This record gives sequence, structure tokens and C-alpha cells, in this order.
Amino acid sequence: MDQVTSQPISPITGRIARTTPWHQRRRTRRIAHAALVYVLVVPGAVLFTIPLLWMLSTALKDPKQIFVFPPQWIPNPVMWSNFPRGWNDFLPFNTFLINSLIITTSNIIGNLISCSLAAFAFARLRARGKNFLFMLVLGTMLLPQEVTVIPQYVLFTRLGWNDSWLPLMVPPWFGWPFFIFLLRQFFMGIPRELDEAARLDGASSWRILWNVILPLSKPALATVVIFGFIGNWNNFLYPLIYIRSMDKQVLAVALNMFRGAYGNANYQYMMAVSLLVLLPVLLVFFFGQRLFVRGIALTGIKG
Amino acid sequence: MSATTAPTRPRKGFSLRQREEIDFYLFIGLWLIGFILFTGGPILASLAFSFTNWTGLTTQEWVGLENYRQLLFDDKLFWIATRNTFFYSLGSVILGTLGALFVAILLNQKLPGTTLMRVLYYIPSIASGVAVSILWIWLFNPQVGLVNYLLSLVGIPGPPWLASQQWALPALIIKSTWAIGANMIILLAGLQAVPTSLYEAAKIDGAHPWDEFFNVTIPMISPVLFYVLVISTIASFQILTDVLVMTQGGPGTATLVYVYYIYQNAFQYLKMGYASALAWILFAIILALTLLQLWGSKKWVYYEDPGT
Repeated sequence: MDQVTSQPISPITGRIARTTPWHQRRRTRRIAHAALVYVLVVPGAVLFTIPLLWMLSTALKDPKQIFVFPPQWIPNPVMWSNFPRGWNDFLPFNTFLINSLIITTSNIIGNLISCSLAAFAFARLRARGKNFLFMLVLGTMLLPQEVTVIPQYVLFTRLGWNDSWLPLMVPPWFGWPFFIFLLRQFFMGIPRELDEAARLDGASSWRILWNVILPLSKPALATVVIFGFIGNWNNFLYPLIYIRSMDKQVLAVALNMFRGAYGNANYQYMMAVSLLVLLPVLLVFFFGQRLFVRGIALTGIKG
Repeated sequence: MSATTAPTRPRKGFSLRQREEIDFYLFIGLWLIGFILFTGGPILASLAFSFTNWTGLTTQEWVGLENYRQLLFDDKLFWIATRNTFFYSLGSVILGTLGALFVAILLNQKLPGTTLMRVLYYIPSIASGVAVSILWIWLFNPQVGLVNYLLSLVGIPGPPWLASQQWALPALIIKSTWAIGANMIILLAGLQAVPTSLYEAAKIDGAHPWDEFFNVTIPMISPVLFYVLVISTIASFQILTDVLVMTQGGPGTATLVYVYYIYQNAFQYLKMGYASALAWILFAIILALTLLQLWGSKKWVYYEDPGT
């Protein structure tokens, strides 16, 4: 590696002066390095951002401006009216919005309760059969939902739950393996002395969970809320299979119906409505981002 | 809480230990009931269905291994769906993992603007579901779509993507790489956990950045990389929403993927028995791939503390 050259002695220090080539000089190297990183990373970031900007741009365009090639970025005129028209004039999206909100909220609450309870038991309570049951939790995490979707459909149909929200809303109250695992990992990280002190004071397991563990677990609970929101909001297969009536339909399926019925001729409305459906997901992410990223890192690494 | 300080406080005749055990089963009760009703029970039922010719309309008859024989030997679509799924999985997992690793390494530096860059790369992985599938239909529009416009800027005539037998599946792979942000975050967390002392030691030993990457970075993050690989593989085998919304398996059978084929059999043709057999084969494939990766991982995944 090293070039064998005559090495001049520095007059000040008496040491061998470094006549290092430019690419090894520290400052220059740092700048070159930073430049290289930006050159590699910025175009990708732009490329990754373009689709959502393009979505917004299309949503605000006049139909005449849409099928123009090369594409134009700035809508002219800016058609804000695309949003209310797309939302109201074709399908009753307000109804779908309310339905999606009810189902999503209920499912998140159900998940929080059932999964915290189970996670606490797996993290803190000693009992026979615990390891085996925890293996079941892990096992079902890996199980593709396709294996259970068909027999569940048969079961729910037998129960007369077809075309109702029950198939979507009942199971979340009975836990979700991934969230149980996530919360359990987090609970394990909370010092055991805290709840042992409470237990010696005579606190029951319920009290310990409620007063000691949960207040310390906000990042993990936020992760459950955010994942739960995104998962339920985007859930497509279940409502597609179970819900027939228009007045019970949810946003995800309704959006696809909208695409099928009116999409090809109305890209501006399709993008406007899609953007509105996507917006809550982006908002939830922005508000929960800090907690959320910490939660992912935790499960990703400790897993 | 109370003034009692007695270390053991038997209640209603139960010892503290028994009390704890009762609590355990009360606390996991909801999950356990749910597991039996919505997962465990259905799994057994599904296995049983897969040995019948049940169609949801007719009465069911036990046909033994007939469904499995039929799909392995008589069903061309099964093999097409399997091949398409492997192709999609290979493409999306390789691009998704390498892409995420590449971006994570570049963004794992203290340079101005990297936080913004991380957010920009991460947002698309949050944006998911039907809305995004619809967005990509528009992006892949053969005449005025943005993808072909960008290609035309560098002088490449874009294919008709979703309308083309040849390009529809690659289009879905391209769409999937838009969501590498989630993997990137996990890998970033892994990279940040690598002790800087290792890099300093490597520097003192005169290691080239390249050696540093292959002999320090990769071994140290290999458990995280392995996790990403397994999770991505499992997820890629279950692609469904994109196909339901963007292509419906077409054109022809170009994007007929495995889960979509299950969906068609179960909910369009009502061949519940046959679809259950398909689902079990999928489970077997995923399990085999996961075990294969686990086995392969012994050769390249480095665990610092073999005790854990």
C-alpha cells in the first residue's frame, strides 16, 4: 500500500513529514466522502419521494392536464374541488370512513387490552406450561394467515356472521401474537425490582400491570397503536371476503370498488380519494414517529 | 400500597405461588380462548378440509390425498403460481435486502441531512395498502405514467408494464422495493449497535474500508440481516393485495401468485377443500425455506454470545 518515496523531514518537529496523496488527507477525504454519500443517497431519496408528490399533483389536476406527455408537475388550474367531488359524488365515502374508524378503534383497544394481559403473564408470572404456551405464540406468528382464513370463513359463516363486522372485530379482542411478543419483549426490559417491591406491599398482579408496568411501557404501547392502526386501516382481505352491503363497507375495499367502477377515466379523483385514505396513516406515523422507531428497533434487535 | 409488610400473604387458602399460577392463566385467558377458536381449531379444521372435496355447496366427502395428488400432478396453474411466487420472492427479497442494507450503511453516518433522508426513505414503507397499489397503477401507466417518463429521460423506451406478460411481475417487484424503508430502519439499528471500538481496532490494524465492511460490519450485523431476510421472504410469499388491486393475476397468468390462487379457489370457485390443500403446501414451502435459511445461517451469521 505505502509508496516508497524519499521522505522529507519536517523542519519544525523533526519527524517525517507526511506527503500523503490528496485522497488520504483528512479534511479533503472527509469532504470527498460526504460528497460520495450524498451523490449515492440523494437521487434515491428523490426517487422515493416522487410517487407521493406525483399522487398529490395528479389529485389537484384538471382532467385535460392529466393525459399530457411529457407529464406536467404543477397543476394549472389547481383543482381543490377534486377532493370533495371524488369523495362525495361517486360512492358514500363518509360512510366508509366512519365504518373504518369504528372498526379500527375498537380493534386497537381490544389488542391493547388482550395483548398487554398476555404479555405481562409471559414476562412476569411463573406457571407450569408457560414455555410451551409461549412457543405457541411464536409458532402462530410464523403461520401464514391463508391457513386459517378458509376455516375461519367457514366458522364465521356457520355462526351467521357473514356480511357483518363481527369477523373483523371479534378476533382482535383475543390477542395478536406479534403484539404479545412485542410487549413481552418490552416488559422483560423493565427492572423486576419495581414490581417485586409492589408485590411485597401486597399489590395484586392487576395492580402491578396497571400501576407499574404499563406507565413505563408507553413506547411499546404506542408501537402497538401505530401498527394496529396501519394494519386495520389497510386490512383488505377480510372485509373483501365478509362484507357485502355497501353501508357496512370499509375504506380499503370501497377504494378498490371505486377504482374498478370509475378509475380508468378519473385519475384525478382516484388519486384524490386514495390520498385522503392514505393521509391518516401518514399522520399517525408523523405523530408517533419517535416512539414507533424505538419500538421497531427494540423488537427488531431483541427478537 | 397497604401497610402490610408480610412477605407472604396467602389469600383464600392459595399460596403465593399458586396465586401467581392462577393469575397467569387468567391473564393469558383471552389469548388462549382466541387461539383455540380462531387459530388452533381452524388449523386442524383446515387440515381436515384439505382431505375432502368440499366446495362449500355440496356435502363433503373424504378423498384422502386426492387434492394433493391433483395439484402436484394435474394442475398446471399450481406450478405457474409457484414459479411466479418464487420469482417475485427472489426479486423482491434480494433487491429489498441489498437495497435496504446499501441505504442503511450510507445513512449510518453523522452528516447533515441524514435524518431527513432516513425519513424520506422510510415514509413509503408506511404508505401501504390499496391506496398505494392504485397509485402504482397510475405510475406504471404505459402512455403517460411517471415510470416510463423517467425512463424516457434516460433514453429507454418503457415497456407497457402491468399490461405486459413479460413485465407485469417485474413491475410488482419494483413496487415492492419502494417499501425497503422498514428493513432499512431495522438494519440501521443493527449498524448503530456495532461498537465503534471494533472499527478503531480495524483502523489501527490498517484495514481497508472494504475489509472493514466484510470483516467487521457484516459479521456484527449478521443476526439482524438474517432476521430481515427471513421476515422479507415470509412476507414476499404472501403477496396478495397488490395482485388483487393491480393485476388480478393477469395478463394471462403472468402475475398469478400463490396466495391469489388460494383466494380464487376458496372464494371465487368455492373449492374450500382444494384451497386448504394449497394453503398447507404454502405453509410447508415457507417452513422449508425458513429452516433452510436457519441452516444456512450457521455458516454466515455470527452471534457474539453463543449463550443466548
